[in-house]
Amino acid sequence: MTNARRQLWKNVNNKDIFRKMDVLKIATAGSVDDGKSTLIGRLLYDTHSLTDDRIEAIRSSSEKKGYDYLDFSLATDGLVAEREQGITIDVAHIYFSTANKSYIIADTPGHVEYTRNMVTGASTSQVAIILIDARKGVIEQTYRHFFINNLLRIKDVIVAVNKMDLVGYDQSVFEDIKRNFEKLNANSTYIEQNVTYIPVSALKGDNVVEKSTEMSWYGGETILEHLEGLQGKDVQEEGNFRFAVQTVIRPKTDEFHDFRGFSGKIKGGDLKVGEEVTILPSMITSKVKSIYFYDKSYETATAGSSVTVTLEDEINVARGDMLVKINELPKVEKDLTAMVCWMDNKQLTAGSRYIVQHNTNQVLSRISEVGNVVATDFSGETESKGTLGLNEIGKVKIRLSKPVFVDSYVENKSNGAFILIDEQTNTTAGVGFIK
Amino acid sequence: MLKDIEAATPKSMNKLHVNALENEAIYIFREVTAQFDRPVLLFSGGKDSITLVRLAQKAFWPAKIPFPLMHIDTGHNFPETIEFRDRLVAELGVELIVRKVQDSIDQGKVIEESGKYASRNSLQTTTLLDAIEEFKFDACIGGARRDEEKARAKERIFSVRDDFGQWDEKNQRPELFDMLNGNIEHGQNVRVFPISNWTELDVWSYIQEEQIGVPSIYFAHQRNTFIRDGLIWSVQDDVVFRAEDEEVQERTVRFRTVGDMSCTAAVESGADTIDKVVAEIRDSKISERGARIDDKRSEAAMEKRKQQGYF
Repeated sequence: MTNARRQLWKNVNNKDIFRKMDVLKIATAGSVDDGKSTLIGRLLYDTHSLTDDRIEAIRSSSEKKGYDYLDFSLATDGLVAEREQGITIDVAHIYFSTANKSYIIADTPGHVEYTRNMVTGASTSQVAIILIDARKGVIEQTYRHFFINNLLRIKDVIVAVNKMDLVGYDQSVFEDIKRNFEKLNANSTYIEQNVTYIPVSALKGDNVVEKSTEMSWYGGETILEHLEGLQGKDVQEEGNFRFAVQTVIRPKTDEFHDFRGFSGKIKGGDLKVGEEVTILPSMITSKVKSIYFYDKSYETATAGSSVTVTLEDEINVARGDMLVKINELPKVEKDLTAMVCWMDNKQLTAGSRYIVQHNTNQVLSRISEVGNVVATDFSGETESKGTLGLNEIGKVKIRLSKPVFVDSYVENKSNGAFILIDEQTNTTAGVGFIK
Repeated sequence: MLKDIEAATPKSMNKLHVNALENEAIYIFREVTAQFDRPVLLFSGGKDSITLVRLAQKAFWPAKIPFPLMHIDTGHNFPETIEFRDRLVAELGVELIVRKVQDSIDQGKVIEESGKYASRNSLQTTTLLDAIEEFKFDACIGGARRDEEKARAKERIFSVRDDFGQWDEKNQRPELFDMLNGNIEHGQNVRVFPISNWTELDVWSYIQEEQIGVPSIYFAHQRNTFIRDGLIWSVQDDVVFRAEDEEVQERTVRFRTVGDMSCTAAVESGADTIDKVVAEIRDSKISERGARIDDKRSEAAMEKRKQQGYF
């Protein structure tokens, strides 16, 4: 194994690994029986990411259970309750890397009662793998995974048709499933989404990392090849530059007496020194004087960078304010209409009060209307019952106590989402996607 | 008196390119200081907390790190770690708080373990919870990573602890996008893990690239050791119990993870430079915690300790 791994890394310069390494976050959802854990285990095993002691632990646990194969779900299901019940109830994070990229898998259960976990896992991911059992084809769970990936606008989706070994590696089975899925996809309004179909056997290792020798009829990529080939533009959201101020840095030292830097993470587009920006809510405009990352300054910073920005003019800026480019203003809204995924045991009802957290703002709000519940299997909407229960997704209208600066989720993911916090329990009770 | 900051900072015409994990960690640090009144960075002197310190420097530059570091001292630390800690704190000019497990023992709050595997590792929890109470800390920043251990794989970035410091793993707040909800009740505190998504290799690659100093025990050196249960133990008779038939031998070793002398095993290694350490980690056949004696107690060892308030 060591030699194989060394081989994998042989062309990598030992220096600058960290800075140059791309990080790709992947969401997977599915139940125990569709082979999801086996798929993840296979990805880890074939990229030589499992260490000997981990393989040994899996082997001994598998033997204890009387299996004559390695049960990779033992590597991915973390908590005691889950190991006892053999189910995954939360989001687990699994890590592996190649010479090109660091991969983070957010693994969630696929059942309807874990919709909130799937939404959570998908919210931090750039790619999704939807697993289909070749013997069962497209089922309700497949619809749900695809629905959630569409709602959250995951740009790159892999549909992995698994257990091909159990259908004799039959091309027509794969093509049938692909056709059925394409029918589903035909109704999608998310045209930028790229869907790739791959026939695999996670158990036997076909088309996961290694090309299958059993399916010569398939000329496409393996799952890992597809992931390795993804460039930034394939998975990044596009949108206008948005910079929510997290904190103001004032060192008050002799050396940096007058320094006033605004720290935050650049979202949407790039930022350049000299560009004109508008500060919300004051609507005052200024120019970018410097962009700092630690003790160096830069001409340009790309989306995703956690930087500190100084402005040409002395302006009062605080946490919760937002810097935008002068000709790309967001909407200033006191009323939000959003698709909300509800995550709390206590139902969402009209008239109740919640804290809306949007970027670096927390604003007290009242729910003005709870509308129709949307079925996650694309079967449509059920008429409003005035409430939204745990794991339900529906249209909600919210009245805020002060305005926020928003975009629709479709136009700008990071500026179009918010969470709802329960005033009494402080828990994160729901997530909204602004219409 | 006033120095022009433009002149004081080297200008790069290049486009800024930062690793996504580093951006994420810096973002988390800034959320902590914005959302909490009394944060503290729990500093063990190990590579993960050293990495946190560098990230905190980056998050707040040119200001100093705006919170103290706190070390829960078991009294069983490697002397190299303590030396390193004191040097780093002096360099940074930040406040260091030290609270000792020995004091908790002397006050009768905890009882020292006895026997062959005696360790102060789990006793730290009481000292930590007392210190949180004493200083009224509302956010404790730690270097735990999800890839270390399967119970940690489900840990949130902002992880709420109740008045007793306990972790309710089945009732965690969902964390969506990068939105961190730090709302808590009085008396509760939040454990914050800025490098949740980093792997061991990420940490070492970062230390290499940033040229961050780490305690010398991370590099290959000669050490008197003995073998127990297939692991290499450090000979330190005042701290680590050793039976007479456990034979002392000098070996070339290094430590891959640094906890107490009584719960951290060494690995045989010739990696005496950072480049060699990075290469060794990349090719390693054994996971990092494979050398943690405290994790070997049972399959659910970490989860049980975490529920009780262990870091």
